[in-house]
Amino acid sequence: MKLLEFLKRERKKSASVAKERLQIIVAHQRGQRGQPDYMPMLERELLEVIRRYVQVDQDAINISLDSEDDCSVLELNVTLPNRG
Amino acid sequence: MARIIVVTSGKGGVGKTTSAAAIATGLALRGNKTVVIDFDVGLRNLDLIMGCERRVVYDLVNVIQGEAGLNQAMIRDKRSDNLYILPASQTRDKDALTLEGVEQVLEKLSEDFDYIVCDSPAGIERGAQLAMYFADEAIVVTNPEVSSVRDSDRILGLLASKTRRAEQNQDPVIERLLITRYDPNRVDSGDMLNLEDIQEILAIKLIGLIPESEAVLRASNSGVPVTHDQDSDAGQAYSDTVARLLGDEKPLRFHLLQKRSFLSRIFGGGRR
Repeated sequence: MKLLEFLKRERKKSASVAKERLQIIVAHQRGQRGQPDYMPMLERELLEVIRRYVQVDQDAINISLDSEDDCSVLELNVTLPNRG
Repeated sequence: MARIIVVTSGKGGVGKTTSAAAIATGLALRGNKTVVIDFDVGLRNLDLIMGCERRVVYDLVNVIQGEAGLNQAMIRDKRSDNLYILPASQTRDKDALTLEGVEQVLEKLSEDFDYIVCDSPAGIERGAQLAMYFADEAIVVTNPEVSSVRDSDRILGLLASKTRRAEQNQDPVIERLLITRYDPNRVDSGDMLNLEDIQEILAIKLIGLIPESEAVLRASNSGVPVTHDQDSDAGQAYSDTVARLLGDEKPLRFHLLQKRSFLSRIFGGGRR
C-alpha cells in the first residue's frame, strides 16, 4: 500500500517551486522598497544595543517604518526570552 | 519631443542589447526617427549587434566631454535611414558619464528624434541608473528563471524611486514586461515558469514575448538585428512588440506548444 502511494505521488514540478520561492522573496523585497537607506544599519545598531542588556536572537527583533499622510511611525518589536 | 525608452533588466545576459537593437530597428522600420544609445561604458556591444563595430569613431563619452559633436559620434544604420546608433566608450571607466552630460545629450537628441532607446548595462549601479534616469518608459527584459525575475523586481523598485519622474513627482515611468527566451515545451512539461506566473509576480503589463529561437544567435553572428529576419519567430515577435509599443492591438503569439507533425519529427527540421 505504502509503495503504491509512493509510486502514485507526483513529483512537484520545478516551475511551481520556483513560483512559490519567488513570491516570498519578492514580497520581502517590496517590503523594503521605499524605506530609507539607513534602515538596515539602524536595525543592526538597535539590535546591538538591545543585546548589551538582553540576549535576543536576530529574528526576535522586528522593525518597520510606516508612513501615513504626513506622519511616519517607526515601530520596534522585541520578543524577550522567557525569564528563568 | 522624443519618447525615451530604457531597456533594462538588472541581471546580465537576458537579452537587453538584443532587445534594444531589435526594438530600435522595429521602431525605425515603422517610420519613426530613432536613436539607440549604448550605456554600457567599458563593455560596449550594441555596435556589434547592430553590425556597425567598424564604423565607430567617437562615442557617448567623447560627446559628453566635448571632444566630439553628436553628429560625429552617431552612426547611421546601413539598413534604415531612420535609425542611428550612439556607441558607448570602450576604454574609459564608468565615472566618465555624468548626469548633466547625459541630460544634455538626451535633450539635444529629443529635438530631432521620435524615439530614444537606452540600452542599459547589467546591474543596479551608476551606469544602469543613468540609463533609466530620464526614461518615460521602461522595458524590463526578463527570462523565465528565478534570478532574472527577482532582479527584474529590484529594477522595478529603482524605476519607482531613482528616476527623474519619481524624484520630481511626475507621472511614473511606464513599466512594461518583455519575456525573452521563452520555451513553450519546457513550460508545458512544468520545468519553466509560465508567462502568467511571471506577470503575476512582477505585476506589470506584458509588452511582448520572445520565444527561445535559433534566429537570435544567427542575427548577432551576422550583426543584423533579428527584426530584419521576418521569416523567424523571434523577428516576428519583436515586430509585434514594437507594434504594441506604438499602440496597436496584437494578440500574443509563440507562447503555446507547437505540436510537431509526424513527418517533421522523423526528418528533423528545428524551429526557424
